[in-house]
Amino acid sequence: MEPILQLVDVSKRYGGVRALERARFACAPGRIHALLGENGAGKSTLIKMMAGVVQPDEGRILLEGSERRFLHPQDAVSAGIACIFQELSLMPDLSVADNICITNPPTRYGLIDRKAQRRIAEAALARAGAEGIHPLAPVGSLSLSRRQMVEIAKALAREPKILILDEATSALTAADVQRVYTLLKRLRDEGLAIVYISHRMNEIAELADDCSVFRNGQHVATFEAGSQSNAQTVEMMIGRDIEHAFPPKPAAQTATSAAAPSLEVKGLSWNGRLHDIQLAVRPGEIVGLGGLDGQGQREFFLALFGVLRGVTGDVTLDGKPVSVKSPRHAKCKEVGIALVPEDRKTDGLMLPMSVRDNLSFAALDRFSRAGVVIGAQESEATASMVRKLSIKAPELGDAVGTLSGGNQQKVVIAKWLMNAPRIVLLSDPTRGIDVGTKQEIYVLLRRLADEGAAVLLYSTDYAELIGCCDRVAVFFDGRIVRWLAGAELTEHALVASALNLTTEALH
Amino acid sequence: MGEWRFHLREHKGAYAATAMFVLIFALYITKHQTGWTVPVLTTAANKGVLLAIVAMAQTLPVLTSGIDLSIGMVFVLTNCLASHLVVGTPLQATFGVIVVLAVGALCGAINGVIIVYGRLQPIITTLATGTIYFGLSLGLRPVPGGDVYAGLADTVTGALPGGIPTMLVVLLGVVLVVWLPYRRSALGRAALAIGSSEAAAYMSGVNIGRTKIVTYTLAGLLAAIGGLLLTCVTYSGEASSAVGGVYTLNSIAAVVIGGTSLAGGAGSAIGSIFGALLLRTIGDLLFVFDLEPLWQPLFQGIILLTAVSMGALQLLKVSNRLELFK
Repeated sequence: MEPILQLVDVSKRYGGVRALERARFACAPGRIHALLGENGAGKSTLIKMMAGVVQPDEGRILLEGSERRFLHPQDAVSAGIACIFQELSLMPDLSVADNICITNPPTRYGLIDRKAQRRIAEAALARAGAEGIHPLAPVGSLSLSRRQMVEIAKALAREPKILILDEATSALTAADVQRVYTLLKRLRDEGLAIVYISHRMNEIAELADDCSVFRNGQHVATFEAGSQSNAQTVEMMIGRDIEHAFPPKPAAQTATSAAAPSLEVKGLSWNGRLHDIQLAVRPGEIVGLGGLDGQGQREFFLALFGVLRGVTGDVTLDGKPVSVKSPRHAKCKEVGIALVPEDRKTDGLMLPMSVRDNLSFAALDRFSRAGVVIGAQESEATASMVRKLSIKAPELGDAVGTLSGGNQQKVVIAKWLMNAPRIVLLSDPTRGIDVGTKQEIYVLLRRLADEGAAVLLYSTDYAELIGCCDRVAVFFDGRIVRWLAGAELTEHALVASALNLTTEALH
Repeated sequence: MGEWRFHLREHKGAYAATAMFVLIFALYITKHQTGWTVPVLTTAANKGVLLAIVAMAQTLPVLTSGIDLSIGMVFVLTNCLASHLVVGTPLQATFGVIVVLAVGALCGAINGVIIVYGRLQPIITTLATGTIYFGLSLGLRPVPGGDVYAGLADTVTGALPGGIPTMLVVLLGVVLVVWLPYRRSALGRAALAIGSSEAAAYMSGVNIGRTKIVTYTLAGLLAAIGGLLLTCVTYSGEASSAVGGVYTLNSIAAVVIGGTSLAGGAGSAIGSIFGALLLRTIGDLLFVFDLEPLWQPLFQGIILLTAVSMGALQLLKVSNRLELFK
């Protein structure tokens, strides 16, 4: 079958980070093509190119054999490419019908024909197998699963030739997943080209005709579904990477395992997104959170840090039950929890403010008397922290936004160390920073643990979890599905349990 | 399943403002010495409709989650311009009306172009352009004065046979000619989509730049209609920064009271109209109750605070506190 859409040798860089490097991809009508790869392999960038959201720095896009450029999502839409992102393209205040017809509403005498629009919406919903959704309901009032179905109906209403789904089933209930399966198979038989990103191997086995594997922004292989075993596929996704240098772990954990846990969590649940989480961290231990991105790791940290409302379950600190009410409560001396958030630019730092102000901000109570900040104490403490973490800043009065990514990240970590926390939560602290700084952060984490802190590290980098952590809890769908430690802690085991496959299924 | 539920949900702010207005206005009329008479109604309409039209103008940018702080100044500028141009023969006056409306639309278009292509925030853009528009007004009318074509002014500010104030008919006309087509067109839909989620609108292939420019242009046009009517009411033009400022702030208040969220995406100009009439009536209410006019700002402030608190009730349900800051 002739490919309908081809991407030839496309490359994309964001700043210094290479997202895609001379990647190739082609999809054909009447086929479901699965895109596979780890977090950050370049899959998202690839589909964003097809959808006109980003433009390739190099390379060509061919639609039905002729070269095309998609400068805006509009261009891709009018070329017959419909993309279903996770919840990204719905306007919550507008009704379901308004959303479905947003790009090209039916008009009469120049005005939107609401009756016609409603017919189109009803037809699209029926085609998506979601007749139960009322076309006049505001999208914001629907559940996540139903919203995703609206998103699918919206894509179908544009009569696409190529349909791209990015993790389209991750938010769906089991019943809706079955509807989507049936729908996709029917659309394939109708001759659509379908591109499908999923992290669920069983889904790929069920749906895909072709598979393409990406790794580190490069295309690794394309093969017919079923021609490779799960184990071989996982091997292709992992590849062999540059080894990071990690500080040695304490040889035997007998000493620490005797100690009472600093933090113990029992049966923690929240809002249908976190389910019955059990976890204990001892002083001196680094516990990793693994799994695919977005399986509840972040929400777990937010729950511990007092950001979420309506969290149920028990949290004990050094044997004493606590209920953390807010980040302000979390950082106080009696609790002593610090959270290094994943998005340092929005949640971690105040970019236009100085390095010094950022460093002392979370610990201002310590440097002030009667509400007045004592400059000398503040300067001394920040200067010593800058030395300790060897933060490279020309002047402490410079805006923190002028530092490199790695140094910014160090400032975020340092800011929390000022409070001498007993429990340190880190959300993907090495994302987007250079290898040298990464290593410094690994050493720092180990030193913190040695000094008696309990460290919880969420990372999307499997090598980091293996190299840094004593134990790893693998999250899937808001649950801890597996604990890995010691010799069990391998890349294979991490990938397999992140996909919620048993290790046996790989062989 | 009742479809009225969805309708009610969408328009509850507007209905609440309408109900509140009817209530307060009934109170006002019963306490008024002369009560339900043509002169009383006409005076109330003449005052109320001016703010109502400016509030409609403000609604459009707010729906896209923008704001137009120059709206009062466009109102004043077109008032000054009309006091020069809408004079003389009927033909000259007609020509003047067209120029005044075109200038208002141009002011709005300038706002839109700067916001879209300059990528500046609406609040600061319109603060700056508003000052410029006021400067131009001062140039046109260094001292209050001028005139207006009496035939037009008397018709507009009077009453139709049967005692209906003409101003209300003008307001209805503006709703039918400007607001309803806008709301029902793909353009108005796109504006709401931008206000609801600009990223999602972009990803859906909505032409964001064009939508915003047209929206600000229409806001300028509506403000110019307001300025024209002001000239008819006062028979003169005046470059008053106080009038411009008060109308800008009251228009925002009216928009919020009328159930339109300042975050954009939901609301309607109909709500804003009743919000404006409500604000005006509250002011008058204090007179008929013989309260000191000094109390008026305090009273208006309380009403406004109550109205916005209603909108914030849903925040009590948020389970991830980070969402409170988005």
